[in-house]
Amino acid sequence: MSAAGQVLADVPRAALWPIFASVVRRDLLLAMRRRSDVLTTFFFFIIVVSLFPLGVGPEPNTLREIAPGVVWVAALLASMLALSRLFAGDYADGTLEQLLLVPQPLALLVLGKILAHWLVTGLPLVLIAPLLGLQFDLPGAALGSMTAGLLLGTPVLSMVGAVGAALTLGARGAGGLLALLVLPLYIPVLIFGAGAASAAAAGLQASGHFSLLGALLLLALVFAPWASAAALRIALE
Amino acid sequence: MLQGVKLACVRGDRQLFSELSFEVRPGELFWVTGPNGSGKTSLLRMLCTLLPPEAGELRWRRTPVRELGEAYLGELTYLGHAPAVKDDLSAIENLRFALEQQGVSVSEEEAMRALDAFGLGGREALPTRSLSQGQRRRVALARLVFCTQRGLWVLDEPLTALDTQAVELVREQIAAHLARGGVVVLTSHQEVDLRGLRVHKLLLGEGVALGEGAQ
Repeated sequence: MSAAGQVLADVPRAALWPIFASVVRRDLLLAMRRRSDVLTTFFFFIIVVSLFPLGVGPEPNTLREIAPGVVWVAALLASMLALSRLFAGDYADGTLEQLLLVPQPLALLVLGKILAHWLVTGLPLVLIAPLLGLQFDLPGAALGSMTAGLLLGTPVLSMVGAVGAALTLGARGAGGLLALLVLPLYIPVLIFGAGAASAAAAGLQASGHFSLLGALLLLALVFAPWASAAALRIALE
Repeated sequence: MLQGVKLACVRGDRQLFSELSFEVRPGELFWVTGPNGSGKTSLLRMLCTLLPPEAGELRWRRTPVRELGEAYLGELTYLGHAPAVKDDLSAIENLRFALEQQGVSVSEEEAMRALDAFGLGGREALPTRSLSQGQRRRVALARLVFCTQRGLWVLDEPLTALDTQAVELVREQIAAHLARGGVVVLTSHQEVDLRGLRVHKLLLGEGVALGEGAQ
């Protein structure tokens, strides 16, 4: 028993931060190895947004008016597209089981996965959005507030989406179910995000919209990783 | 050291086992056998807290595992049915990430040496998708070399797809862990050469645990 006692005494208490960083780094590396997945989301966003000026016609006032809504709806759909892969791969190859057995709060590890997911699917959309806004002849102020809104809003999309992805993990027809589950929950983000850009285009203050987006981000940051972690535990039972 | 008290497991509407009690002492190999579908994997997942028991309690060093929480996970190494090896990563990346997430950091040289020992010399940098089933299993098993500090190893069918040389390597790791006073829980359909090891065998069968006894 004394030898076994030593085994216990020598166990190093793993620090949280290196493990969190390791989760993020591995997911980023995997995304780099499978670039086609990431590029699909990115080009889907660009193409959907670019189709509207072609379909609606070159009337500058109409385009300016619909621009924020179009960009935001495209961003919602693009972020949906990548969601089903968030946990599915780890679930299939057993990595998710190992993640559950890490002696650290699972919610924080899930947050690491969400962060990596946002960096490869959300952030590129934010960066390309001003360029796409030019197609709609948006004025500078509106471009700025649309981009800022996306910067605040897309992480919320990733986090809310993660809860949906965890809940539908292993279910048949998970893709369709995920869309039905998550898209309604995206509505507040859509309203305030598109609202911020529209307000700026009309020369109004957009700070109210930004405050609400920020509040949504904080709320999602607190609850989404925790809810996803709980859903993952159930999925793996 | 590891104790199950009247454990019960229900999957779907089938009772796999009930009133299952056992105690595994330090340095013992807990060998769980039984036909397909008798609940071996369920029992192992239960030992890892992945599956909560329907009834009964699991104790580690006389303390209920539920109370130990993360401290218990810190002593546990689990190799499941799926090897948790990523196709798109190389063997060495797989090994190092897996260990990092267990809080063990190893240098590239150390990881290379472990993979070498498991017969993967020269293939460390290839994406594991190009490796055979047995080689991927070896990548997963190489983790054990660095998990010497963890008291409890739970290995679900670790010998699947392995050749005799690799089986011998796993046996060595298990023997060394038992000699350190650790506990190893194992399921295997293959005959394992258990000479010289202290084995505690559990036979799971139709609805109940059929027999239990130390060899």
